[in-house]
Amino acid sequence: MPSAEPLALTAPKAPEAPKAPKAPLSPYAFLAPFFTLFAAFGIFPLLYTAYVSLYRAELQTPGELEWRGLGNYTALFTDPFFWTALRNTFTIGVLSTVPQLLMALGLAHLLNYRLRARTFFRTALLLPYATSVAAASLIFAQLFGHDFGLVNRLLDLVGIRPVDWQNGTAASQIAVSSIVVWRWTGYNALIYLAGMQTIPAELYEAAEVDGASRWRQFLHVTVPGLRPTIVFTSVVSTIGATQLFGEPLLFEGSVSGGISHQYQTLGLYMYEQGWGFLHLGRAAAIAWVMFLLIVVVVGANAWAGRRRSLKEAGR
Amino acid sequence: MSATAGGRRGGRITYAVLICAVLVSAFPLYWTLVAASRSNAELARPLPALLPGPRLPDNLRSVLDEAAIGKALLNSLIVSGAITVGTVLCSTLAGFAFAKLRFRGRGALLGAVVASMMIPPQLGVIPLFMLIVELHWVNQLQAVILPGLVSAFGVFFMRQFLVQSLPDELIEAARVDGASYARIFRSIVVPVARPAMAVLGLLTFMTAWNDFFWPIVALSSQEPTVQVALRQLGGGYVHDQSVIMAGTLLGTLPVLLVFGLLGRQIVGGIMQGAVKG
Repeated sequence: MPSAEPLALTAPKAPEAPKAPKAPLSPYAFLAPFFTLFAAFGIFPLLYTAYVSLYRAELQTPGELEWRGLGNYTALFTDPFFWTALRNTFTIGVLSTVPQLLMALGLAHLLNYRLRARTFFRTALLLPYATSVAAASLIFAQLFGHDFGLVNRLLDLVGIRPVDWQNGTAASQIAVSSIVVWRWTGYNALIYLAGMQTIPAELYEAAEVDGASRWRQFLHVTVPGLRPTIVFTSVVSTIGATQLFGEPLLFEGSVSGGISHQYQTLGLYMYEQGWGFLHLGRAAAIAWVMFLLIVVVVGANAWAGRRRSLKEAGR
Repeated sequence: MSATAGGRRGGRITYAVLICAVLVSAFPLYWTLVAASRSNAELARPLPALLPGPRLPDNLRSVLDEAAIGKALLNSLIVSGAITVGTVLCSTLAGFAFAKLRFRGRGALLGAVVASMMIPPQLGVIPLFMLIVELHWVNQLQAVILPGLVSAFGVFFMRQFLVQSLPDELIEAARVDGASYARIFRSIVVPVARPAMAVLGLLTFMTAWNDFFWPIVALSSQEPTVQVALRQLGGGYVHDQSVIMAGTLLGTLPVLLVFGLLGRQIVGGIMQGAVKG
């Protein structure tokens, strides 16, 4: 029954159809390596985290689960360090994401000019991205050292007293954020540059004819044209900021994020609970809180983006 | 390429700002070299040295003695190499199927791959850890390699490339000639996909080399990757700043080297991924 007849009937609608069902198993063979790994190391752990978060699971005895219901979550919400970590994640997230994306936008605008040594500039700005979190955090910890750090010495040169970058709450959060800003600004600038290159030149020519200044062109041609890219980068940076871990861990080397937890993020708090205090169930609950946080922020971002475009369409 | 606003020439201020940005980008790395080649006393002077000094070999020797950096470098090379080869292969196979083959469930499966790029990897770390404990893989390199082969980005990246670069007629002609899918993959898909495979390989190698969270969970000081070893350096085992910076230099150098040789391709890959993604 299966042969050329039914195929020929559907062929005019979908021109690629003839090459499909001849060897029906074969496409799945191409997918098998990826999806086997994806199921084992991607999907399964994801779902199982929700399950573990309802149990008492300790690192020394990972096979023995004891039902706790929502106990891990209620324990979390009564732990003051959880709220500190939540607050820190938010402030460090804002301190790192906002300046990073604004500077990236400006740099991309400059990179979009016709430049000599174009490749040099692009590659050099991507150097921090090639540096690992661990290396970057150690380097910045050295630069921000209290007594011999270069930053305090520079401040000293202009008459500012040394700042305690490790122990001050605002100071330590600024220092940790600066690692993120340093590593990701150039990367985001390239993403914006790629987006800018898809904006048609005619739009700029038309704006020029209308007598728009370069700044107005940037505001009214570049930024609207980049809106999908801007939404994309803010979503990605937000997800990155929510998971911030290596920077606060290596800034001083402790899992508590400073003596009074002044820069402990949720990611670090989760590591402390799971691998410092051996409470894997509790750590799983933190992971879920982090995930819900991301869903809320990404959802709010998408919602704001849609409202924005509806408003513009209405004008 | 310079069809848009790029048609306009950059002015003096443009260059000045960009050069400042390059200096800020490069300075911390330059400073690592300075600190790694000086003694602690030289760094602690009121006016610290700003040029590289002669002590780099000594400091490197101290790192190799005090932390297992030599072994860590070898482990990182094995892990990153295996992840790169495996990821590129799995991604090209799946990317080809998604780009050019028709089969039931294609849309849903591709949707699942894309959606999974939005989910933070930390969400799965605890069960993954319990899994490798069950398998007795803690402290073994395959605990880092196998989960590292899952790259939704890689699948998506290869699919996007092959949708555009691999003509349907080429595959149809080969089918008519009686070539099997495996044969088509080897002699048509791989040659066409080679440039994208190279870029994906570079990006994967960098990410794998620099990965931090999962290796410090799965491996210990006995069997570290470079990033795990750096964590130990910074974690109070060594207090000598010059030695810490020498270790940091060693851990960063391989990627910087790749970057120096193939920076243009890496930049191109990131921008390409951005436009299509």
